[in-house]
Amino acid sequence: MGNACDRRSFMRLAGLGGAVFVSGLSGWATAAGSRDNAATDFFFVQMSDSHWGFEGAPNPDAHGTLQKAVAAVNSLDQVPEFIVFTGDLTHTTDDPQERRKRLSEFKAIVSELKVKQVYFMPGEHDAGLDRGKAYQEFFGKTHYTFDHKGVHFIVLDNVSDPGASIGDEQLSWLALDLEKQAKDARIVVFTHRPLFDLYPQWDWATRDGARALELLMPHANVTVFYGHIHQENHHMTEHIAHHSAKSLIFPLPAPGSQPKRTPLAWDSAQPYRGLGFREVDATQKSADYSITEYPVQKG
Amino acid sequence: MTRLNNIHTSPQRRRFLIGAASVGIGLAASAIAIAQTSSQEQVIKVVASKFTYAPNRIMLKRGVPVALEFTTLDVPMGFNAPDFKVRTDILPGKASQVRFTPDKVGEFTFHCDLFCGSGHEDMTGVIVVT
Ligand SMILES: [Cu+2]
Repeated sequence: MGNACDRRSFMRLAGLGGAVFVSGLSGWATAAGSRDNAATDFFFVQMSDSHWGFEGAPNPDAHGTLQKAVAAVNSLDQVPEFIVFTGDLTHTTDDPQERRKRLSEFKAIVSELKVKQVYFMPGEHDAGLDRGKAYQEFFGKTHYTFDHKGVHFIVLDNVSDPGASIGDEQLSWLALDLEKQAKDARIVVFTHRPLFDLYPQWDWATRDGARALELLMPHANVTVFYGHIHQENHHMTEHIAHHSAKSLIFPLPAPGSQPKRTPLAWDSAQPYRGLGFREVDATQKSADYSITEYPVQKG
Repeated sequence: MTRLNNIHTSPQRRRFLIGAASVGIGLAASAIAIAQTSSQEQVIKVVASKFTYAPNRIMLKRGVPVALEFTTLDVPMGFNAPDFKVRTDILPGKASQVRFTPDKVGEFTFHCDLFCGSGHEDMTGVIVVT
């Protein structure tokens, strides 16, 4: 506990920290005892929606924002245990060669992250036009699991199908994986799109997301972190908490707050406003995840 | 994927159903007017192409059943109007249809929900029900 607290207070003093959100979940302590991997406090960083290759008014620094975010993460006073990118690494292009070029440039930029492990997943901009083919050449599987210090992480792909379905095959794979988890296991799911119907009018949903949630429901300690909507959003489906992350290219309006889902304009008085990454702290004692939002750049 | 059936309710039967429902809620007088305009299902053709629908503003009347008939000029597209719980794929060389009766007045967004290229995000339209 001491470490995480000390680090956060330090960040606040340094003027880098954003709002802290504590997810209302419990059960860490019981789950910890049942796993081989002894649970200890740790934190990871979520970065999302960098849309490398995008150009346009909502971000006059489209060629430099990702690098600034990489530098900001590298300047955290403690190194995250891992970093997860929740999709839309690159911006859509209809040209398969250009897609590969963007994926490779993105990969080169984030290779500067000073961290042992970075986990990736595609967004629909990366994978929707070729069912994830180019993405897989650079980053491998689009859905997988990993375990870290007593927490079971599941990466779900709800974008390689252009119709935004997870699909029967992946859902069976998820069901099999969940069968192996204790009902009180600590489970964190990463997706690009929301699994619940956040605002289907703007395509902020997953067509068969309800089926994934049905499979997750019997598990007492599930939290979902996702991207896609370029802003923070916190939502509960029964006991499952869903947290969306900010983007690294442009912010989008709150669900249904305006007629069209057009990006929010760049404000030269407050450059990079609404862009950022987050730190997620898993603490053994408090049984909650705390989320700290960081801007891409100070100011 | 929602496959829409092509079984048409007969106009007579539809008139009866609408009339009966309206009488049931005590609107006998206005029900006659609605029943008369509702007896014919309106058919509207919508052409999808990268990255727009024509028309992208679809004018409908509350209580009047409509069939939207879609074709695409290029790639596979989607049509999704969550407020009316209708959606369909639109595939090249093939017409697809959704049928519904708008039950509320207002402006309702529809969008392409089959990722179709750079510009997909802008592929939206509005259903205006008066
Ligand atoms: Cu489209």
